[in-house]
Amino acid sequence: MSPRSGGSLARTAPVFAALGEDTRLAIVARLCSGGPQSIAHLTEGSDVTRQAVTKHLNVLADAGIVRGVRRGRERIWEIEPKRLDDASRWLEQLSKRWDDALGRLKRYVEGDA
Amino acid sequence: MSTDRIEKKILLRAPRSRVWRAIASPEEFGTWFGAKLEGAFEPGARVLGRITIKGYENVPMEIVIDRVEPEGLFSYRWHPYAVDPKVDYSSEPMTLVEFHLAEVPGGTELTVIESGFDGVPAARRAEAIKMNTGGWEAQLRNIERHVAA
Repeated sequence: MSPRSGGSLARTAPVFAALGEDTRLAIVARLCSGGPQSIAHLTEGSDVTRQAVTKHLNVLADAGIVRGVRRGRERIWEIEPKRLDDASRWLEQLSKRWDDALGRLKRYVEGDA
Repeated sequence: MSTDRIEKKILLRAPRSRVWRAIASPEEFGTWFGAKLEGAFEPGARVLGRITIKGYENVPMEIVIDRVEPEGLFSYRWHPYAVDPKVDYSSEPMTLVEFHLAEVPGGTELTVIESGFDGVPAARRAEAIKMNTGGWEAQLRNIERHVAA
């Protein structure tokens, strides 16, 4: 658990919190598979209102998962790949943390062996 | 890497009794792990403490001792990486961390296994993201196409 991986974990935690809701996870999946799109496009064929989607998009934007880019009169929403990539490395970070801890254990027990 | 477990093997050039003490004594465990723990490592015990690693100072830590088999196996359950003060981890399933010790020529072979990630929401989401998104290259191509359009 180095300070460096710690920092990235601290950044990852809000990502998981933001994704901890089915509608938001669905919005992210839709942006991933369908590419950047407007709110009108995102709500097409779904029961979720525009207003609700806007709210969810803002939560996702606050967590750095998506960003909205103004294009003419509407806002186009797209994924911020970097942040999601960090999140999907969660298990790798945990694995790395064990490497660090076991390295410290090795120095600890071998130092006074 | 399997999604449900992390497994590490390391050769420690120290006698098994020494390694056991470093792992099964709360004070020594805390020294290398980076935590200040209070309580005895006894089966069923809930041991509370705080992390001492730079960048994590004072983050609470809690482990529930599972098995204590002198010089053979020490295990506990916990919420892995439960460091976000805004998240209530108590309702989430814990993972199991096992330390297996074996005497080998030249020292002690230690195997650490952390398992049970399939029940942990953060880990599940990490996998869901990986599997549902079809890869970031495809996503980046989408953005590229959109920008170029």
